[in-house]
Amino acid sequence: MKKMTWLIPTVYILFLMLPIYWLVNMSFKTTNEILGSFTLWPNNFTVENYVTIFTDPTWFMGYVNSLTYVTINTIISLLVALPAAYAFSRYRFLGDKHLFFWLLTNRMAPPAVFALPFFQLYSSIGLFDTHIAVALSHCLFNIPLAVWILEGFMSGVPKELDETAYIDGYSFPQFFFRIFIPAIAAGIGVAAFFCFMFSWVELLLAKTLTAVDAKPIAATMTRTVSTAGYELGLLSAAGTLTIVPGAFVIYFVRNYIAKGFALGRV
Amino acid sequence: MINKTINQKAWFMVLPVLALVAFNAIIPLMTVVNYSVQETFGDNLFFWEGIKWFEDVMRSERFHDALGRQLLFTLLILLIEVPLGVGIALTMPRQGIGVTICLVLMALPLLIPWNVVGAMWNIFALPDIGLLGKMLNGVGFDYNFTQNPFWAWVTVVAMDVWHWTSLVVLLCYAGLRSIPDAYYQASKIDGATSWQVFRYIQLPKMKRVLTIALLLRLMDSFMIYTEPFVLTGGGPGNSTTFLSIDLVKVALGQFDLGPAAAMSIIYFLVVLLLCWVLYTLMMRNETN
Repeated sequence: MKKMTWLIPTVYILFLMLPIYWLVNMSFKTTNEILGSFTLWPNNFTVENYVTIFTDPTWFMGYVNSLTYVTINTIISLLVALPAAYAFSRYRFLGDKHLFFWLLTNRMAPPAVFALPFFQLYSSIGLFDTHIAVALSHCLFNIPLAVWILEGFMSGVPKELDETAYIDGYSFPQFFFRIFIPAIAAGIGVAAFFCFMFSWVELLLAKTLTAVDAKPIAATMTRTVSTAGYELGLLSAAGTLTIVPGAFVIYFVRNYIAKGFALGRV
Repeated sequence: MINKTINQKAWFMVLPVLALVAFNAIIPLMTVVNYSVQETFGDNLFFWEGIKWFEDVMRSERFHDALGRQLLFTLLILLIEVPLGVGIALTMPRQGIGVTICLVLMALPLLIPWNVVGAMWNIFALPDIGLLGKMLNGVGFDYNFTQNPFWAWVTVVAMDVWHWTSLVVLLCYAGLRSIPDAYYQASKIDGATSWQVFRYIQLPKMKRVLTIALLLRLMDSFMIYTEPFVLTGGGPGNSTTFLSIDLVKVALGQFDLGPAAAMSIIYFLVVLLLCWVLYTLMMRNETN
């Protein structure tokens, strides 16, 4: 029984790593080697695919674009979700429960349903092909999620904290920024993680709302596949690089994931 | 539970969220509703059609098939991912460096862009250059996911299990961490078997996170688009054409706005209904 305990997570992690290994493996091969022979590791080790990506602006600007709208989205989502989550966790007001449920229903809306109307909406207000358009459209599912997560964390903070602060003479903004926000730092970390995650991985809306100037890296990849067809090495290198920002974010919030999840509702 | 005070001014704190989400949700939704009752021949000319598109979609075999495939897919991945996720969360280390390694590595698939997931599995599973394809053919299966619908399904389901089981694991693990050590000590003194510990201590504590995990997986599996689209393109034939893929084919491929809009609304209502049923059932369980 004791041996079984470490075996299951290990096998699972191996299963997770296999496709990733294959992608990384491909990214260091030449096109000839990929198509010509089957090798478990690169025989003619090459970094040419990576050089191509870092020297060609159509490739590396894709990363800049993606990171830009993801960052804008995370900041917007957290800024508006913090006061709203506070209101939901501390006060009762007309229609609060209905509003909360309505917010969550937006998390259920399939992006495919909204792709075309979004295109028309953002074109009509002149935001088509801008970072802010993608960031705003991702708010559709990220704000409800952020409110949901933060509300869970805030409800875990006893109301006595608020009351003591007021007795000590803090004004509301002072209390909110100096006492309350540090108290739910873990929750903000988890919410930021989820906002980053869902905005970074989403492609359908990001692709629909951009053409050239704000084209995300993931969309750059799909176009290259369809036109070039055979550049699997390049595709793999681009794919490998999209894993890197995610890995960084996980590393930074790793303690929050472990401890934070337990405190919050998610 | 926090004792909430009644304060109507709290609305002001909610306003920014309301404005942003309403802008993104209500205007596009009204556009869809608008299209769903009209016929267009381009040039911004619209004609009232009433509920004709809805009747068409409800009767169309194509929609029934896509919905059927979608339901089967969702059922399959829920049946695999939830028990597997619970099992892995139970066997994960509770302290030490192992926790960090497990969490970081397991969360990795969640942060890979969806089309990269599809492309990665494509490269991984191709019969001629992929590791999985080579291995399965090597042990004697006639594996080719681009030709054979059965293997296409196996590959799409395996991809989804690879992609999303970690979410269930992370949530359940968080639920397990909230159990105080005293519970385990007490159960040891009482001589409880590991099944009893699971049934009467761990499972009740995980109920809440399991509800969230189930709901999230249900919603997200119904929205699945990019990964199967990149992996199989909905084929071979229509065998892996799920609702989203079919919808995008109708809306952006054929530009049939009316039927696509009607289909969108039916699709959205199906997701809402399923989530509501599941949510109500689980909440009723909780109060009992």
